[in-house]
Amino acid sequence: MNIVVCVKQIPDPAAPQSLDSSHNLNRLGKLILDEADTYGVEMGLQLVDTFGSGDVTVVSMGSAADVAGLRNALAMGAAKAIIVSDDSLRGTDALGTAKVLAAVIRRINPDLVLCATESSDGYTGTTPVQVAELLGLPSITFAKSVTVDGSSVKVERQTESGFDEVSAPLPALVTVTAGVVEPRYASFKGIMAAKSKPLEVLSIADLGLASETGPTGARQEITDVVAAEARTAGEKYVDEGDGAEKIVAFLESIKVL
Amino acid sequence: MTLGTIWVVVEPSNGSLTTTSLELLTRARTLADTVSAVTWGGDGASHATRAGEFGATTLFDVGALDGALPGVPVAAAIEQLIAAHGAPEAILIPTSYDGRDVAGRLSARLDRPVLTNVTGLVDEGGLVTEHPVFGGSQTVRARFTGEGPGIVVVRAKSFVAESAGTPAAVLVAAPVGNVGGAGGATITTSHVEERSGPKLEEAAVVVSGGRGLGEADKYALIEETAKLLHGAAGASRAIVDAGWVPYSHQVGQTGKTVKPAVYIACGISGATQHMVGMKGSKSIVAINKDPDAPIFQIADFGIVGDVHKVLPALIAALKARG
Repeated sequence: MNIVVCVKQIPDPAAPQSLDSSHNLNRLGKLILDEADTYGVEMGLQLVDTFGSGDVTVVSMGSAADVAGLRNALAMGAAKAIIVSDDSLRGTDALGTAKVLAAVIRRINPDLVLCATESSDGYTGTTPVQVAELLGLPSITFAKSVTVDGSSVKVERQTESGFDEVSAPLPALVTVTAGVVEPRYASFKGIMAAKSKPLEVLSIADLGLASETGPTGARQEITDVVAAEARTAGEKYVDEGDGAEKIVAFLESIKVL
Repeated sequence: MTLGTIWVVVEPSNGSLTTTSLELLTRARTLADTVSAVTWGGDGASHATRAGEFGATTLFDVGALDGALPGVPVAAAIEQLIAAHGAPEAILIPTSYDGRDVAGRLSARLDRPVLTNVTGLVDEGGLVTEHPVFGGSQTVRARFTGEGPGIVVVRAKSFVAESAGTPAAVLVAAPVGNVGGAGGATITTSHVEERSGPKLEEAAVVVSGGRGLGEADKYALIEETAKLLHGAAGASRAIVDAGWVPYSHQVGQTGKTVKPAVYIACGISGATQHMVGMKGSKSIVAINKDPDAPIFQIADFGIVGDVHKVLPALIAALKARG
């Protein structure tokens, strides 16, 4: 069972965020492995363990100036990391990103591709399914449970009213929601081992995709960025045993009670 | 109007169309001369009445999917519709589990870009999309620059659904054709989880819990408060990620958008990711022990205090009222 997990290194969501002069997200600071991706990495490792053979390769796109996030995935137990890094990729949209990831995944030809439902910085949320379509694979999104046998994947997929049991023949792509598994912390041994694991950096020329990526390939532009209508802070009280009472009074004042 | 035709993907749910679908039809009919809709699931005739009432003149019906997830067959059918009828200027799709699948599949099939998390659509000599960023403090405005159709995925509650009182849409069959191996994902069993009280997105009162609850068991305080207020229980991403509550409770950028009469945030600091899903609420109440928590900046009524003290007292007070 060879599994590819698509991951993204993102600016720390806890740090202040801003847009640059081209309206792209500033990515100059330290990058971390998107927490949303740790669930896919963990899921992949567990599926390989249960199956008894194979390995996990993490595939990414973005700046390779900082690869701490990829090393983190390797330290968790992934066997190999591949990142497509190229200055010309700045401004690439979701479909362009999917083309890049699909080109890498095609070379690996895995049994299963795992992704988060969406990244925690861009939130586009379509890249995994675009990858599946480009590769001609079935996809099951919003998994809250994943099992595999040699020929198919079975998923409990979140729905509005509960969940569906969905199955697809392998190879397939699955997106996992947070909480699907508990991501492990990298052990000291894992962190040491990660330093010597293969981490391959590819350019756009390596993949032959130049015209599909960057702002030209995106075929969309940000016209402007405006301040949204702001809400203002209202009354605030320190609870002195009367907090609940005050809330009840407020709810009465707005006629909810 | 400078836009000729817009297609709206209208999503079936329990024999009707989802509210978000009707919101999109309502907006589309103010933007374009002609609005057509695309649906699936086997109830085409009744959906034609509903879609027509909200402004669609044609309803393309993909029909029953025989257990297939909608993404692949619906996108394939839309590709064929474009070949047969010409491309609309834009295709609007609701932000939902299946809507995002349709959008991703369609984007790759047509080789057209997709704009998601849209909360506003305006006509400025062409379609301009509005996207909240940084917790909704700023709005990014964008447009497509290439050949259409532009694929636009719109968040729930971006518009208010209003009937136009127009007649039923003309029902036109939309064949899927051969989708090959990509269409291999099949639903074998559906499970409906029992829910007491209103749906999260439709509730007039939403009580949400966050990391400040300290442990998973304490979420019961949120559920009980919500029940006493005839509301729904929500959650921050932090406690969904921690596995305390299912994803279906999540409010925020990656979860649901809610606009209740009152939103009560308990032990939620107010990460930007959360704010964007609830800042449209009519009133916001926050309970947090950190007086500097960002949630207080948007709360109409804030209590600086421990949720473990305030919530039990609130529950007792609500019970005492009967």
